[in-house]
Amino acid sequence: MKINKNIAISDSGFLLNPATGESFSLNSMGIKVLKLMNEGKDYLEIEKLITNEFDVSNSTFDKDYNDFIGLLQQNHLVETESTKA
Amino acid sequence: MARKLKIAVSGLNAIDSPGPGVAVARGLKEAKSFDSSIIGLSYESLEPGIYLHDLIHKSYQIPYPSVGTETLLERIKYIHSIENIDVIIPNFDAELYSFMKLTSELAAMGINTFLPTIEQFEERHKINLNTFGEKYDIKVPKSKAIMDAGEIYSLHEEFAYPLVVKGKYYDAYIAHNPQQAATFFYKISSKWGLPIIIQQFIKGNEYNVTGLGDGNGNMIAAVPMRKQYITDKGKAWGGISINDEKMLELTQHFLSSTKWRGPFELELMKDAEGDFYLMEINPRMPAWIYLAVGVGQNIPEAIVNLALGEDVKAFKTFLTSKMFIRYSWDMIVDIKEFEQIASYGEL
Amino acid sequence: MQKKKYERPSIKKIESDMPNKFGMRSEYQPMTHIDGVAVKDIIKNYGSPVFVISEKTIRKTFKDAMRAFTTRYPKVQYAWSYKTNYLSAVCNVFHQEGSWAEVVSRFEYDKAIGNGVPANKIIFNGPDKTRKDLEKAIKNQSLIHIDHLDEYYTILEIAEMTNIRPQVAIRVNMDTGIYPMWDRFGFNYENGQAWDALNKIMMSKKMDLVGLHCHIGTYMMTAEPYGVAAAKLADLAVGLQQKYNHYIKYIDMGGGFASKNTLKGAFLPGSDTNPSFDDYAEKITSAIINSNISPEHIPFLFLESGRAMIDDAGYLIGTVIANKRSSTGKRTTILNIGVNILFTSFWYQHKITPAQEFTHHTENTMIYGPLCMNIDVIRENVELPLLNAGDNVVIHQVGAYNMTQWMQFITLRPYVVMVSEKAEISVIRKGETMSSISDYEVIPQHLKDFKL
Repeated sequence: MKINKNIAISDSGFLLNPATGESFSLNSMGIKVLKLMNEGKDYLEIEKLITNEFDVSNSTFDKDYNDFIGLLQQNHLVETESTKA
Repeated sequence: MARKLKIAVSGLNAIDSPGPGVAVARGLKEAKSFDSSIIGLSYESLEPGIYLHDLIHKSYQIPYPSVGTETLLERIKYIHSIENIDVIIPNFDAELYSFMKLTSELAAMGINTFLPTIEQFEERHKINLNTFGEKYDIKVPKSKAIMDAGEIYSLHEEFAYPLVVKGKYYDAYIAHNPQQAATFFYKISSKWGLPIIIQQFIKGNEYNVTGLGDGNGNMIAAVPMRKQYITDKGKAWGGISINDEKMLELTQHFLSSTKWRGPFELELMKDAEGDFYLMEINPRMPAWIYLAVGVGQNIPEAIVNLALGEDVKAFKTFLTSKMFIRYSWDMIVDIKEFEQIASYGEL
Repeated sequence: MQKKKYERPSIKKIESDMPNKFGMRSEYQPMTHIDGVAVKDIIKNYGSPVFVISEKTIRKTFKDAMRAFTTRYPKVQYAWSYKTNYLSAVCNVFHQEGSWAEVVSRFEYDKAIGNGVPANKIIFNGPDKTRKDLEKAIKNQSLIHIDHLDEYYTILEIAEMTNIRPQVAIRVNMDTGIYPMWDRFGFNYENGQAWDALNKIMMSKKMDLVGLHCHIGTYMMTAEPYGVAAAKLADLAVGLQQKYNHYIKYIDMGGGFASKNTLKGAFLPGSDTNPSFDDYAEKITSAIINSNISPEHIPFLFLESGRAMIDDAGYLIGTVIANKRSSTGKRTTILNIGVNILFTSFWYQHKITPAQEFTHHTENTMIYGPLCMNIDVIRENVELPLLNAGDNVVIHQVGAYNMTQWMQFITLRPYVVMVSEKAEISVIRKGETMSSISDYEVIPQHLKDFKL
């Protein structure tokens, strides 16, 4: 999954989508996950990094990650991968 | 060398239903008795005043009144620690209660205010207008608070149609028959709750006075205005200062009988006989306050001096037949500024 | 190495009218301890959910209320309103502070006697007193507040039969300018019912008219109506003085003082707008003192305030069961606290605080209870930090009515514990077990067996 081009995230957690003019506010975990996604890491790599650093179980993170991705999709911030037939 | 004061002002929402903050800041900038730097207090990130840097030196977001005075006080302590505020002028009806509650805490921090008392603030509420009129011998439209739609069908014993159906805080509709009144009753009560206020309909022209009372019954300032251009939200987009002795007498009577403290706006209706009815008392400056400054009564400046405990001489005159014509102005703002206020609450 | 505290990733669209982060209740500190006792420890020992009563807060609130009245009026007596919270430990804290008992049923009457309250220090209110109840109360010389004429005639009959003089007052209802007017209890002042009842009592010569009582409403957000009510009761007292040369011993102003909770739909929080004890005291005492009651015969002022005395002292601790999103994308959180034990969430916006550290990031959340029932909503709209399943929350100001109006519905009712002033925990009501419920059930013989 890829973050849309041109989307900039500042350290304050302010995210602007220049294509739509919409802006968002992220918490620090949100910034972290988005940055890892931007680096091209896949879910398994992100999960490993986060669960190693933070006190969270794989299942909890999995659930929260999916919820987060759902919001990114809902707000058109990620390129939705075409479902393979 | 004039004194240098830090003055915090809210109501920076210079939008189509505007708060008076930007106009107040203009008045303060033009004050002769002091130099000021203005601190903006905002609730939302897109209040235009936040971005008017020539007028407003720096803006801080503050918590909504619904969060409670404890949180508001914390936030003001923080702002005060950076800015060292001399005077706060709150400009929203909805926030006044909180600031009145905090008056002594603010004073202890060295922040001065000049606000109505809680009793004055409560007494002038729409629901209490009848009692207010009786107590101070001021003509008000007859009104009655009702709690039950069933009461509408006996209103004809006391009121003649058409009558006005009003919400506790906002909304007003003219009803020509009980069926309409009942419809408005449900419409308004579902939004603003009970009671609903039934008010005699006064046919006539609307006039306004803004002014300032010193709390001892003296009239420090008063400027009557007639709206000339009214937006679809009922706001004046243009108006003219008028010399109406009757309105000034009524204002003087209002002040000497209530000993009103602070700024106010009286909304008046003049009927066919030329009698004025008091429709509403707003316990703050109106959005058109700059007209008062422009015709020679700098009310914002006088408020600051009263707040600082100084003797303020009453304004004796003002220029009549001066108009204010409002215009809107598009600023070009970088998203960085918006980010700054939205993410950090300061700009 | 210890891992860092986790908070779930969150993203929120910035809209021009959204509350800024300085406008949210997340400014609250987490509530990890109640009066020095760790919330986690309470849950470990007594489970979740669990009610916690702060003894310190009860005593402090009581002293505040007493100070407000006694500094303005020479003779003040509180009576604890049993229906507000009749857990005996709670009642006894009030009795230790000097409160008498105010009861509205035989059950509560017997409970007060059981707690050791002298019968002549029990005020018996309410419309439902049976002949048996009245016989007992008359024999015990309890203070009977007459609600209707049927009750008066029963009392008269008992007095004639037993030759005991009942100690009575009448409850008076009146127009104090508030809506709704509570005219279903007692005798009306304006239409002369009250005077009629007083005349009957005085003419009967069979009972002692010791007081006048009113209770004008509930959750009164302004103090003025109490001034009106006190003036009207004082007026009756003056009338009795003039007509019968009779002096009543007390004026009972009832209860109805608001606590600091915020009612649903209120714009400003209750802690900012609701009157203080001083506000109520000022109106009540000045109305009595300024009346024509002769100063040598100034009556006692009785107060029966319940809610304002106990609400702040009650906490309800619970646990997040799950986080979900509604069909519209709104965050919803399910707690193990439902309306069955938090009845007051129907009319209050209860303050909810996480019991562990959190950041300033929040989400607009709908809080559901655990019941399999659509009306089980604790808060429709609250800005809450990002809670994880298993996190604990503390709900504030739940001391009044919840522990008397709660329902055993779908699940069992939890433990109630009290934190003493020395930070010791005592169980004051055990958590229910299956037998608390099934012991009262009887299964007819033919329904005992079945095959599936």
